[in-house]
Amino acid sequence: MRYIEPHAHMVSRVTDDYERMALAGCEAVCEPAFWAGFDRSSAAGFYDYFRQLTEHEPKRAAKFGLKHFCWLCLNPKEAEDVKLASDVIALIPEFLDGANILGIGEIGLNKNSRNELKVFEMHVDLAARYDQLILIHTPHLEDKLKGTRLILDLLKGDRRIRPERVIIDHVEEHTVELVLNSGFWAGMTLYPETKCSPARAIDMLETYGQERIWLNSACDWGVSDPLAVPKTAVEMKKRGHQGTTIDKVVYQNPKKFLGQCPKFNIG
Amino acid sequence: MNRGRLSQTNMTRQQVLDLYFLDARHKLVGIAAFLDRVERANGKDDFRLKAFRAALGELRGSKTEKARRVLLAFSDRTTKPTAKAESKGAVGAWSGRNG
Repeated sequence: MRYIEPHAHMVSRVTDDYERMALAGCEAVCEPAFWAGFDRSSAAGFYDYFRQLTEHEPKRAAKFGLKHFCWLCLNPKEAEDVKLASDVIALIPEFLDGANILGIGEIGLNKNSRNELKVFEMHVDLAARYDQLILIHTPHLEDKLKGTRLILDLLKGDRRIRPERVIIDHVEEHTVELVLNSGFWAGMTLYPETKCSPARAIDMLETYGQERIWLNSACDWGVSDPLAVPKTAVEMKKRGHQGTTIDKVVYQNPKKFLGQCPKFNIG
Repeated sequence: MNRGRLSQTNMTRQQVLDLYFLDARHKLVGIAAFLDRVERANGKDDFRLKAFRAALGELRGSKTEKARRVLLAFSDRTTKPTAKAESKGAVGAWSGRNG
């Protein structure tokens, strides 16, 4: 079974995970820029991180025949410092011509603060000016509904933003309809405790259909599973879904969205 | 551009029960044990337990979209951005305060 992992933080995973993903049928892995678990102290720290995403991770992935792509940004958890965010955003254009850059992400909100919203707006502006795809993180747990609404309001208010080029990730049952009905893509994240289970994700697929929707593991330095997507594909099979439907969700859909970036070439 | 709800499923109700009943039962016993544990412990409830009990109420009866209702019971439904992020993490239920 083939699949694409559209959201995995491989800098925080061991090389064994690349091997396991390749064995499970992964053909490409896409890595958004994220929070390291601590606040980076300067824009220079982000510069080195961007180099890690654009130079080092593709080499690790290639050892197992996997193509690696990435997104760049300053993560919402570090967005209270607007000056730092501005300095980091100023670095990004230098990287945008890189061979594995998909766009700007994962931007969004964390605690729904004014500064976070300002920094989100700065990233959206950057994406619009450079015609980049956008990957958005919606907040965790009790903050998700409010954050999703604030994000949608900002996006809908910017006429440069085309909904088909934006994926709003980590949707759950109370936000998925808001996202899809606004014309954006929706990502369902298979992550323990704070996000979806495979069963719930398949419930949402059955309720809302399989258009403009993808699955991802968002595996990172927390307790998470880089094989969550193929495991969910197996559960879809257990529920009687056809192979063509499964392939659409775990391969064709991410390929369709990501293929809007000319660099996403996986054959 | 509204997406209608499809509610497709390939399984009969019996098949859903066969596949998921034991797992759901296990989780329900876990919830019951959690409540026993909390009630055995000394001290006051906080907003999390209040939200948890409200969320449990959404499971009763013939209401549809129970998962969505449970998530809403835990959610911050205010609409204005907070003044400042006072912490980085979420705790699972809205405290009722906005910074």
